[in-house]
Amino acid sequence: MLNSLGRVVPDTLRGYTSATAYQSKNRILIPEKAVVTKPLFLDSISAIFDEYHISDGMTLSFHHHLRNGDGVLNAVCQEIKTRGIKHLTIAPSSIFPNNAIIVDLIIAGNITNIRTNYINGPAARPIDDGKLQGLLLMDTHGGRARAIESGDLPIDIAILACPTVDRNGNGSGTEGLSACGTLGYAQSDLRYAKKVILVTDTIVDKVKQIDLDGKYVDAIVQIDSIGDPEGIVSGTTKITKDPVGLKIARDAADFLYQAGVIKPGFSMQTGAGGTSLAVAAAVRKMMITKQIHGSFASGGTNGYYTDLLKEGWVDNLYDVQCFDLEAVRSYRDNSHHIAISASKYGNPYEPNPVVNNLSFVALGATEIDLDFNVNVTTDSLGRLIGGSGGHADTAHGADITIITTTLAKARLPIIKEHVTTITTPGEDVDVLVTERGIAINPRRVDLLEKMKNSNLTIMTISELMAISHQISGIPAAIKEPGKVTGLIVYRDGTILDQLYQRF
Amino acid sequence: MISGMAGTLESNDTMITVTPAEKMSIEVTSVVDAFYHDQIVKVIYDTLLEQKITNISVTCQDKGALDYTIRARLLTAISRMEEQDD
Repeated sequence: MLNSLGRVVPDTLRGYTSATAYQSKNRILIPEKAVVTKPLFLDSISAIFDEYHISDGMTLSFHHHLRNGDGVLNAVCQEIKTRGIKHLTIAPSSIFPNNAIIVDLIIAGNITNIRTNYINGPAARPIDDGKLQGLLLMDTHGGRARAIESGDLPIDIAILACPTVDRNGNGSGTEGLSACGTLGYAQSDLRYAKKVILVTDTIVDKVKQIDLDGKYVDAIVQIDSIGDPEGIVSGTTKITKDPVGLKIARDAADFLYQAGVIKPGFSMQTGAGGTSLAVAAAVRKMMITKQIHGSFASGGTNGYYTDLLKEGWVDNLYDVQCFDLEAVRSYRDNSHHIAISASKYGNPYEPNPVVNNLSFVALGATEIDLDFNVNVTTDSLGRLIGGSGGHADTAHGADITIITTTLAKARLPIIKEHVTTITTPGEDVDVLVTERGIAINPRRVDLLEKMKNSNLTIMTISELMAISHQISGIPAAIKEPGKVTGLIVYRDGTILDQLYQRF
Repeated sequence: MISGMAGTLESNDTMITVTPAEKMSIEVTSVVDAFYHDQIVKVIYDTLLEQKITNISVTCQDKGALDYTIRARLLTAISRMEEQDD
């Protein structure tokens, strides 16, 4: 069966129809898990397996707040391997390069299904090779919250890393050796998993700030270390120094100003990539020179955003996860730095998710096509390199969605006739800013009208693709893919696209 | 052994090594091999013909360079090889 974007999807599942189809459906909520009066204290990862009878075919969930420093998913995987448990589904909110242990578990059939919002690093390779026996399902951040609360993703046991836990089972993300800040991605797991285990390296009498409510917590496990602080808040993303990237960022900020978006009370989010951050910096400069105060910024946050808050250029930061220590400190100390759940952030069925209030979002793209569909899930060979995260959520919610990218990366043109994999439907993507010119989605007649006398170079996306072909040459077609290895699940649960075995 | 080298392994560049040989050989490895392998071989081949050089072995380690970069690196590598020959 083909969905409305012309992509093959399984006959047995609902194909994507439109980005607004969710509006005609009702929210589905399963009952929250039973309240726990007194949590159990366990002394090892192994003890979780004994106490909760972790066995073949179960679904275990995790969050990715410890990012590339996470030790908990890895420790659980080691125990699965030791015990030889088979046919598990794992549902971490993201998978990072340090989770390489997953490779062996896929190949040996310990893990046969994976559901996540982002996958980067060695764990992606056996999936590209067709070694995962079941399927990889890729959600958005908001879509994962929807999937959990609706029972679409039933979780047997949520095993949640937590930097500090107290005697009542309340968890804090800002205290302890492995402090990582907000714990927004874990909130749905906490409320809807059949059993919830917090794994920590620091136990105190009482946490100062509660990020995970102890009433949902069945057990607490204390281990020596839940992760490597270096990898947890690596803060590696810096504003790009590349003059081409900086020009794109300036043009994006000028576009937003000329389109009337940068005005008192506006709100913003940018991706964490170097060029996206440069857009944030260019907008900040504009706010200062023109003395324009915004209302809020959201997203994963870092020092660039906490400065905006500290200097009073925005009233609030809405934060699902902290990318660096500045953000962790700001969240701990500043009451206007507000933690939100992935659901409050981007679940289409929340009454008023934060993404719906965004004036603009600036995002990246691995590929974008003539229909403005964007791919950030695979490379142009169809191999997994990431995933939506909040891409499709913010693109839908924001008034204006801007994609910033160079026309080519290492020769390869970014604009395609058809993207290899659809992460975000073109219906929700409004503007493409490149070093050679800016393309406006023809659906946005209002923007085309506003910008018709602009001093910025406005072209069609086909013209931009032609320029990139002149520079790079037309890329050859890639090999036919093999079997279906996974599905791209849109935020409302419909199927956007499929992933395939690659050779 | 006489050889000439030019370029780097930085992104968007290419590193080309040339040595004298009985007959022409062109070996290309590239980060964009799936998309531009034939195009890269063609640029090297055309440049060699234009220079009327056939007894040469060319090794190209490409990191996504554009045609003019490949051509320039090749010409420089050839002149460096010829300098050694003098």
